[in-house]
Amino acid sequence: MIMNQTLTTTIEKVISVENLVKHFDISGGFLDRLSLRGGRPTLRTTSVKAVNNVSFNIFPGETFSVVGESGCGKSTLGRTVLGLYPPNSGRILYRGERIDNLSASRMLPYRARMQMIFQDPYASLNPRMSARQILEEPVLFHNPGITRGEVRDKVDEVMDMVGVDPQWGERFPHEFSGGQRQRISIARALAVDPEFIVADEPISALDVSIQAQVLNLLMEAQEKRGLTYMFITHDLSVVEHISTRVAVMYLGTLCELARTDELYTSPRHPYTQALLSAIPRLGETGLKHIRLKGEVPTPIDLPSGCVFHGRCVYGNERCRREIPNLHTLENGTRVACHGVEEGRI
Amino acid sequence: MTKLLQVNDLVVKFGLRAGDLTALNGITFSLDPGERMGLVGESGAGKSVAGFSVINLIGKPGFIASGNVVFEGEEISSLPLEKMRDIRGNRISMIFQDPMMTLNPVLTVGTQMMETVLAHKKVSRAEARETALENLRKVYIPSPEKRLEQYPHELSGGMRQRIVIATSLITNPSLIIADEPTTALDVTIQAEIMDLLLELCEKERKGLILITHDLGVVSQVTRKIAVMYAGRIIEKGETDKIVRNPQHPYTRGLIAALPQTEQRGKRLAQIPGMMPNLTSIPPGCAFNPRCPHAMDICRTREPEMFPCPETGGETACFLLDQERK
Repeated sequence: MIMNQTLTTTIEKVISVENLVKHFDISGGFLDRLSLRGGRPTLRTTSVKAVNNVSFNIFPGETFSVVGESGCGKSTLGRTVLGLYPPNSGRILYRGERIDNLSASRMLPYRARMQMIFQDPYASLNPRMSARQILEEPVLFHNPGITRGEVRDKVDEVMDMVGVDPQWGERFPHEFSGGQRQRISIARALAVDPEFIVADEPISALDVSIQAQVLNLLMEAQEKRGLTYMFITHDLSVVEHISTRVAVMYLGTLCELARTDELYTSPRHPYTQALLSAIPRLGETGLKHIRLKGEVPTPIDLPSGCVFHGRCVYGNERCRREIPNLHTLENGTRVACHGVEEGRI
Repeated sequence: MTKLLQVNDLVVKFGLRAGDLTALNGITFSLDPGERMGLVGESGAGKSVAGFSVINLIGKPGFIASGNVVFEGEEISSLPLEKMRDIRGNRISMIFQDPMMTLNPVLTVGTQMMETVLAHKKVSRAEARETALENLRKVYIPSPEKRLEQYPHELSGGMRQRIVIATSLITNPSLIIADEPTTALDVTIQAEIMDLLLELCEKERKGLILITHDLGVVSQVTRKIAVMYAGRIIEKGETDKIVRNPQHPYTRGLIAALPQTEQRGKRLAQIPGMMPNLTSIPPGCAFNPRCPHAMDICRTREPEMFPCPETGGETACFLLDQERK
């Protein structure tokens, strides 16, 4: 374990996330929180435990994918890493510098290095700004003192890069198709020459033939500019195609982190196994997926011990009692499962 | 043997101020009893309109301009509204993408299900409740008695879709039209719902039209497939053959665009451009501006369906015209 730690600190990391916790308070107003307990008025707090004690590193040039089903906390994780949400506890480091506790002005230089692409290009582009205005805004904001000509060149360059004709710059978002809008969102992220991009479901709102175009664009941009991606999605076949490593989340917890080929050929965590078996594959007839018991519990009242134990066929007394930690297997895969650790799965 | 469903050269138009817009341009397909078919295409291809028009559920300004729909030997596309109501939700059921849209948020599950029973059968309330329970058990809903008292918002997405399916089964339909039934759901729940639909259709010999954009799902549960593009069916045939050996350049492009395990990290094949808007369909074959094989004839004449032994079906592409080869 100690060996492992020294090893990882020597390799340069773009992002390090250490024991990250993000809870959202949903208690509401004073009267909503007020309740009687044993005849005394007490104030209750209710919170959604979106991300619980998650740690991982992202290395330069890789595509680090986070997968999981809706409500597992993958989007919250992405936004917290970028500093869009303040974490409740834990640390986030960018190139070794702690960024989770910085003031807005001290965070500014990092904002240009880290960009985000959102899922819905209909919601993430301002409908009252032309494509050119949308793309100029971040360039002007992050490069004070830049000349008009330089801004224009930069915008033309990124528009060319994403395959949107710079002559269309005067058009407004509603005049573009969904695929073109997502290209503009990507151009906006690229306009400030970032190093790290969080892409939150960037292709989920698009049709299959358009998905391929946007995925190719993302892979091209990565190759040309040496970008590092954190790719958040529920689409497991896309993840398999583009990722270097994959992190599987369930109910706010990281349950498995592995190299893509390892994960898809030999998933170890029982949840990963069930998830992968459910992917509908072309040319397969009938359904051979692993059935899970019950439903995903609410992140307001997390289950004790392993969050997956209620749905796991291998769950035992220890799983109900003790929260499993990620531990590393011989092939480098990291799994949080007592069963795998004990060798019974 | 009578066909369960026959759709013959159906044309659906929408009357707009600027003139009629053709949403479905002569689609033809048929279904045997107990047969399962996938209707696939990208958004705007007309697959949902096709599903709706089978039960004549296209609202104004849409209308069936020509062609007809024959269900169990009876022409139903020109039936008056009252007669159509006996078929809709009774002999043909429809399942939609968003279960919250189908379920009434202010009524309990029990009330809604019993309402359906009472609307279609002359039974007492106690019997209706029993029927509702029986159907909830069919879709493997745990503690069905409790669910009857619950409201839709108290249930998960997967559970809601099960209830929609249970409700659609009450009248024992011989055909189910499922419009993107699992698109709003997570993969593990999607697999469970598809499992359930497959089992119900097989056990009770129900026909299924599965409308979806997901070729993976279609290939798992259907035996035949129809691919739609810009309001037309451009390729149909046996699912496993089309998935392995698609003939129409559009179907080929669509399948090549899917990430495959063997091609990990490589550039994906992409179809240039996008599907035309229904107001500006190009002359000739609607796919010709995006097609890598487009010939002169493709730009002027619309291809008819050519028989295609490779897929056991038909393909609307001049490349398959034997005389031209």
